[in-house]
Amino acid sequence: MLYDSYFRKPEDAALFLEKIRKYADQTGPIRLMEICGTHTMAIARSGLKSILPENVRLLSGPGCPVCVTPSSMIDLVLDLSQEPGTLITSYGDLLRVPGSTQGDSLLARRALGGKIESVYSPMDAVEIAGKHPETEVIFLGVGFETTAPGTAACILEAASRGLKNFSVLCLLKRTEPAIRSLIEADDFAVNGFLCPGHVAAVIGADGFSFLPEDYGLPGVVSGFEPADLLCSVLELTEMIARKQPALKNEYTRLVRPQGNPAALALTEKVFCPAPSDWRGLGHIEGSGYAIKPEYAQWDAVKKFSLSPEKEKNIPGCRCADVIRGVLRPAECPLFRKVCSPENPAGPCMVSGEGACAAAYQYE
Amino acid sequence: MCLAMPMKINKIDGTSAQCEAGGLTQNIRIDFITDAKPGDYVMVHAGFAIERMSEKEALENMELLEEIKNAL
Repeated sequence: MLYDSYFRKPEDAALFLEKIRKYADQTGPIRLMEICGTHTMAIARSGLKSILPENVRLLSGPGCPVCVTPSSMIDLVLDLSQEPGTLITSYGDLLRVPGSTQGDSLLARRALGGKIESVYSPMDAVEIAGKHPETEVIFLGVGFETTAPGTAACILEAASRGLKNFSVLCLLKRTEPAIRSLIEADDFAVNGFLCPGHVAAVIGADGFSFLPEDYGLPGVVSGFEPADLLCSVLELTEMIARKQPALKNEYTRLVRPQGNPAALALTEKVFCPAPSDWRGLGHIEGSGYAIKPEYAQWDAVKKFSLSPEKEKNIPGCRCADVIRGVLRPAECPLFRKVCSPENPAGPCMVSGEGACAAAYQYE
Repeated sequence: MCLAMPMKINKIDGTSAQCEAGGLTQNIRIDFITDAKPGDYVMVHAGFAIERMSEKEALENMELLEEIKNAL
């Protein structure tokens, strides 16, 4: 019923490529950016970069939530994990991210006796809190708009169960302010965006119409199968060649123009937009979510009076430039030398969706 | 962490649902899927269904790709 095989048919690739080539001949070199970690991995795994015409380059932007979490926040979490009676829970990726010292991650702290659990769903953290009333369970809520409604549902669940030992350290981020900041930077050199399909499933394809409307840049909300990606690259190339920037939705089997209103309502009930710090992009107004005051009891920042220290640079690590798409992973001096998935120096090498991890594995 | 997976709903219990994909079953939450029914397909992300997927829309999406692929 899902017809996945249709979107994976290799025989269609030639047809798409021929058309991409035709438009690329008219455009000169173009740079397209994806802003979703799952796109980064899907592109790497499909080998798309190696078959596209030479003048069509695909770059990874700030689309991996683990990668854009600043090291100062990781340092803060590492300190928090040493507090007696606390249990830190989060998605597996985040547990492997080093703070400002290479090798110092939540997993390393667990080996030293810290109480740290990897969970698949934030609801798992709520269940752990329910079963262990004597333990302070802190969930590290990372992610973009796709993860925000689920995190909100967990806070509401904890509230309805009256759980006093559960809280969320909210590291959630909003994509639009970050993309705007990237576009408005001096070194911005991208001609079009592959927009994140699962963020758009929640906020709606219309959530990216600011690209053509405010910046004259084309955008295509894309799915994740090879045919989705090829079709989206074709649509971007065509819009650039014809100088007709617009926002198109290629992933219509999942993404509606207005998104999922019930999910958005949950996010809005629990969170409000707040300033947030991004690795690579710095401090951006309105680019994060803060837990509303009425749910302060479940806000780890307030509960434990947390405030991150100043961001410390990881010596030699160029993740910040990789995240902005101005440096390719292989151009980082640490890449494959002292930085590998087994011993990552920076977050882009850690996450299964990081640009450096994708380049290490597939390029 | 953002890996999303399409799954089929088998059973619903309030805001929880037992889903199936590739022979594996898993309990997920359907808090923001209105009127979900057993047999529906949903896209699951970090333990929550984020949107419903219908056969009609899958077919329309295929038509869209055919159109773009075959356009002159």
